[in-house]
Amino acid sequence: MNIFFSLNGNNVEVDVPVRTTLADCLRHGLFKTGTHVACEHGVCGACTVIVDGDAVRSCLMLAVQAEGCEVTTVEGLTPEVGLSALQSAFHKHHALQCGFCTPGFLTTAHALLTDEPNASKDRIREVLSGNLCRCTGYINIIEAVYEARTAYAKFGQ
Amino acid sequence: MKLPDFEYVAPASADQVVKLLASRLGEAKVIAGGQSLLPTMAYRLAQPALLIDLKNLAELNRIVVEPTGVVLGARTRWRDIEDSEELKTGHPLLKEAIIHVAHAQVRNRGTVGGSLAHADPASEMPCIAVTCGAEILVLGSNGERLIKAEDLFVGPLMTSLAEDELILEVRLPAWPADRRWAFKEFARRTGDFALAGVAVFYDLNEQNLACNVRIGVAGAGSCPLRLTNAERALNGQLVNEQTIQAAAMAASEQVEPLSDLHASAAYRKSLVGTLLKRALEEALNRNRLDCQRG
Repeated sequence: MNIFFSLNGNNVEVDVPVRTTLADCLRHGLFKTGTHVACEHGVCGACTVIVDGDAVRSCLMLAVQAEGCEVTTVEGLTPEVGLSALQSAFHKHHALQCGFCTPGFLTTAHALLTDEPNASKDRIREVLSGNLCRCTGYINIIEAVYEARTAYAKFGQ
Repeated sequence: MKLPDFEYVAPASADQVVKLLASRLGEAKVIAGGQSLLPTMAYRLAQPALLIDLKNLAELNRIVVEPTGVVLGARTRWRDIEDSEELKTGHPLLKEAIIHVAHAQVRNRGTVGGSLAHADPASEMPCIAVTCGAEILVLGSNGERLIKAEDLFVGPLMTSLAEDELILEVRLPAWPADRRWAFKEFARRTGDFALAGVAVFYDLNEQNLACNVRIGVAGAGSCPLRLTNAERALNGQLVNEQTIQAAAMAASEQVEPLSDLHASAAYRKSLVGTLLKRALEEALNRNRLDCQRG
């Protein structure tokens, strides 16, 4: 089935079998392998991408359901030059080790801070609870997301 | 596993959905958010030959709060309920229950209709529907019909829906402003399926005695269940330490859960009693200001 959607700001067209998840479509159809596939049944969050502003599990979405949507993957969070505020904060706070879960955390955090730039640590912890990390013990991830808030704070608020 | 093969269609109307369901009886499944259906298919517990996507049925995406009650279209997402200002006073129990559903990413896609059709006995929405005496409007080849929540759920992952029926909306009775309520759930990790969950509400009459007591439980049987013995222990009574204790004991005794990998039957029985006790204590202490703040 031919699908048209917007990926990281660019219109894309891809032809995939209908049973293809959005995760597999992004990775194998569009070669955006930043999105990682781990549990494939919706509990680990490694596959998280942003669809129309909402963080979603791309392993629990069919590619065809992304028709006409705006999809942002971790690749879309990287600026032309240097690192984004979230990426810098993750680097500073040593919020990744193997990095496998990291794209899922970045997309989830980006969607959260875009909507709630004043999110408390408790709120950050609550929203990030849908992402599993085997390496870091989470504390550094929370600290990094908390610090990145200032970059998302709306002007004048 | 990767998903099995299937055909896919995204019709433009509820009537077309029903026609498709009727034309492929037993072989077709409706998909909305897919947060329960896709994992079920990934585990090969379901292998529908045809998926009918509701994405074009915008009319199913609505929340209406009126003096007569609350209407949730089948495509209403948990996220929409979380974001709804109207539901803070329109149905605070629903709002509280829904924040316990899975995790934020799942709540951005999962829907009310999907949860009711999936009928997991540990899920929050079926428990709320049964506790509140909700009615579910469905459309089939023979037209529309209303199903009482207690008649919808017949077993674990089993409903009384015919194979050609589509859930359109769920209707909850109106919520009085000074109602006392609470929702308590326990899972070993945030976001896991509840080992047990309890929803409770009651009103106070002129003598300050409890009336209209409704207590529902999730995860302690093959369907969500009303704990009628516990309700009887409270109806017409002053809600205090003794009556709460009596209600909690009645609840523990009434449920007949199974033992499984996650908890024994004895543990679940005890858990239901504890959750009800905590829920009633919270409801008792919820003052009028809290009710309005939601």
